[in-house]
Amino acid sequence: MAAAEFKVPKIDEYPVIPHLQEDAMAHSQPYIAKPDFQEKLGFPGELVDNWKEVAIDKMGELTGKYRSLQVFLDSCVKCGACTDKCHYYLGTADPKNMPVARQDLFRKVYRRYHTLSGKLFPKLVGAEDLTEEVLDDWYSYFHQCSQCRRCSVYCPYGIDTAEISMAAREVMDAVGKGQKYCNEIIGKVHVIGNNLGLPEPALADTLEGLEEDVEEETGATVRFPLDVKGADVLLVTPSADFFAEPHIDGLIGYAKVFHQAGISWTLSSFASEAANFGMFIGSYENMQKLALRIRQAAIDLGVKRIVFGECGHAWRVAYSFLNTLAGPFDFLDQDYPVPQHICEVTHSLIQEGKLTLDASQNDDMVITYHDSCNVARASRMGDRPGGQFEIPREIIKAVCNNYVDMPSYSIKEGTYCCGGGGGLLTDDLIELRVKGALPRMEALKNVVDNYGVTHMAAICAICKSQFSKVFPYYDFSMDQVVSLHQLVSNAIVLPPDEDSLPGEEQAEAA
Amino acid sequence: MPLEVNGKSFETDEEGYLANLSDWQPELANAMAEADGAELGENHWEVINFLRSYYEEYQIAPAVRVLTKAIGKKLGKDKGNSKYLYELFPYGPAKQACKYAGLPKPTGCV
Repeated sequence: MAAAEFKVPKIDEYPVIPHLQEDAMAHSQPYIAKPDFQEKLGFPGELVDNWKEVAIDKMGELTGKYRSLQVFLDSCVKCGACTDKCHYYLGTADPKNMPVARQDLFRKVYRRYHTLSGKLFPKLVGAEDLTEEVLDDWYSYFHQCSQCRRCSVYCPYGIDTAEISMAAREVMDAVGKGQKYCNEIIGKVHVIGNNLGLPEPALADTLEGLEEDVEEETGATVRFPLDVKGADVLLVTPSADFFAEPHIDGLIGYAKVFHQAGISWTLSSFASEAANFGMFIGSYENMQKLALRIRQAAIDLGVKRIVFGECGHAWRVAYSFLNTLAGPFDFLDQDYPVPQHICEVTHSLIQEGKLTLDASQNDDMVITYHDSCNVARASRMGDRPGGQFEIPREIIKAVCNNYVDMPSYSIKEGTYCCGGGGGLLTDDLIELRVKGALPRMEALKNVVDNYGVTHMAAICAICKSQFSKVFPYYDFSMDQVVSLHQLVSNAIVLPPDEDSLPGEEQAEAA
Repeated sequence: MPLEVNGKSFETDEEGYLANLSDWQPELANAMAEADGAELGENHWEVINFLRSYYEEYQIAPAVRVLTKAIGKKLGKDKGNSKYLYELFPYGPAKQACKYAGLPKPTGCV
């Protein structure tokens, strides 16, 4: 826990493409998963003796199974459009963090063993043998990709580095070289139901505390129901919403929205996690096993709708994959999107005039909004293209009087990753996280300096934790990041219960 | 990297968290703090003791909000906020204080 042993990048007035510094981040590697964590997920405990054969075979299996992967590996023409689009390259100057170079770490091995030209004339086609050094590079640089897909927006062929990154991690897991942070967490969800390892009694206690807090603050009895059978809505949210700040303020916001709209809802102690780190490690089997918990909870509780809380990659899994992973969801009410995002719920209620809002409650803030990569580039909200950009902004504008967007190159489909996504939100990668946040920090500083922005709202648990952690490195304060539903929570006007006079409550408690 | 206290050696993980939670003793917390260049005062101990008793009951560290509320009750409302907890534990109350208290590191998107 020593102080930063690296240089925090300087914020420039506008983005500058850095001069190359070869191997600047070659030392950056996350902790390796212990045998115990590996085996629980169905991977070898440690590096297997014949790891080369296993890796080459696995690579062949993946390119055969995922045609997209093979197309991405075959179609790059080295045009260079992606080179300056990665936040990790911009923040670290390491050329291997250029998306094309990152892909090539994998591509050169694919060519060597899985293409005719690479087998016959490796030197002519940039094919290389799989060696320990290459594996080492994979471990380092595929854990310097947050799978944010910004580069793919600018690639004329639409090559998705995230998919290559996921495949590389899957190959590494298959040979027994997995990452501690992701794999330990996935193991916890399989057993306990959430990333934190938060058991039911602790969750129940936390929720009870929140009910007390909200009642104290507003005089209204706002429930945080857990495992209530027959509720209409199952809310699945990242477990960080039960634990961290400002996440928990967002959770309070969801509860207030449901309360005021009269929607019956529940959380589940079995599916107490929206996050699905199975995606980060490219493991379909683990991703599916995690997703099936949500299906199970929905069936057991007999709900009609599934709503996801503020989580970026969870929404990608939910919106894009949930139906094929864990469907069909024909037992849910088909009048609502399956699944639905909490922002869609709140947005509809605002449009229908079902929420009483006082935007002046947020007058102490000038807000900007950080589009989370997985929401922005891998999903949608609402019923029109771009809904994932407009709906959160429309909610913020309904609950805040002061809103300013960051520069156009840094928002919506061009948004920069927070620097901690894709399974990299771990202290052993703090240098990478701080440096990778640079482009977002630059864009934020721009609106802070020019428009007096005081806070940045986000709808992703990883983004919120990452910004709380890295803001101080860039002279912002950790509480300048807020949950979107925290703003809703501030603005929502809840009439105090008519029957909750203090005297009565005491009588009841006695 | 094992931690040496009172002539005994205690196993820790890569990040310095105690490997066996039952090994914990107050001297270990002091030794960990010393290694971070910090000294534990009475208020640090209020936090550490609360974390330990919460963990004993629930097998998990309390939410930051639960912790701030409890500390506010014990040490006064002006101290029941995360700003104060960050003053005590600059690397984050959830992680640094858990480490000193011998609890496992909170994992996930936190």
